[in-house]
Amino acid sequence: MKKEVLDPQGKVVNQTLKNMGYQNITNVRQGKYFEIEINESNKDKAKIIAEDICKKLLTNTVIEDYKINLE
Amino acid sequence: MKSSVIVFPGSNCDRDIAVALEKFQIKNEMVWHDETNLPKSDLVVLPGGFAYGDYLRTGCIASKSKIINDVVKHAKKGALVLGICNGFQILIESGLLPGVLLRNKNLRFLSKNVFLKVVNMENKFCLKYKKKNIIELPIAHNEGNYFANEDLLKNLEDKNLIAFKYCNEQGLVNKISNPNGSSNNIAGILNNEKNILGMMPHPERLIDPLLSGEDGSIMFESLFKSH
Repeated sequence: MKKEVLDPQGKVVNQTLKNMGYQNITNVRQGKYFEIEINESNKDKAKIIAEDICKKLLTNTVIEDYKINLE
Repeated sequence: MKSSVIVFPGSNCDRDIAVALEKFQIKNEMVWHDETNLPKSDLVVLPGGFAYGDYLRTGCIASKSKIINDVVKHAKKGALVLGICNGFQILIESGLLPGVLLRNKNLRFLSKNVFLKVVNMENKFCLKYKKKNIIELPIAHNEGNYFANEDLLKNLEDKNLIAFKYCNEQGLVNKISNPNGSSNNIAGILNNEKNILGMMPHPERLIDPLLSGEDGSIMFESLFKSH
């Protein structure tokens, strides 16, 4: 979720952590995590495919950001 | 017999269960989740619904509510605890029952009547099912796919801690009669001491012929008689 978009789930998790005694938690944002296996040996090409997937399917870019980690 | 029904933001079966308890002369009080202490209760019920909008994981945020500490204390002292549907999910997230409830195998919200075999009738919730052990109750859930590893399943089977299994009309427990993909067709389980029951089906929804059946009534008769 982009910083400026309200994340009610993150807020509730934040509040629950406070109730549990974790007073130094200042903010929680909740997101999604995908593990994608790509049959492509060239890392740059794989990243392009992953970017494409993120834009076309995995995120709604109006409200969400994405980050790609290649392994 | 005295009972408490815990009400969470998002509970929606709390009044149904209250009606059922009162019909069977169990004196009930509604308790808001933010309270610290339960009134004197022989039975604590965690009702169905969508506590906290199912945020993070179903039952997860509710399991950290203030009142849960006292529910755990009551349970340890031997009070009966019944978790129905979302209540079952909360019991699991609180660590009062083992295993986990995953999303239904077909990824659909299921709302229909199912047949159940009462597997364990030697507990205070199910004593009266001796007169009828193949029953029909409604389910209404999205995360009812009970999952446990092999060791836990073996433990549940060996110690006879499975209260209900999904079955067909004849009482046959098989793959076709499993609505949500639960391990071993499990619909409800008990703790070792058999004073905590978690179940996905809704007994409180079938307590009157006007509601098309009374198979749920038998549980409340058992509870009333057990005291």
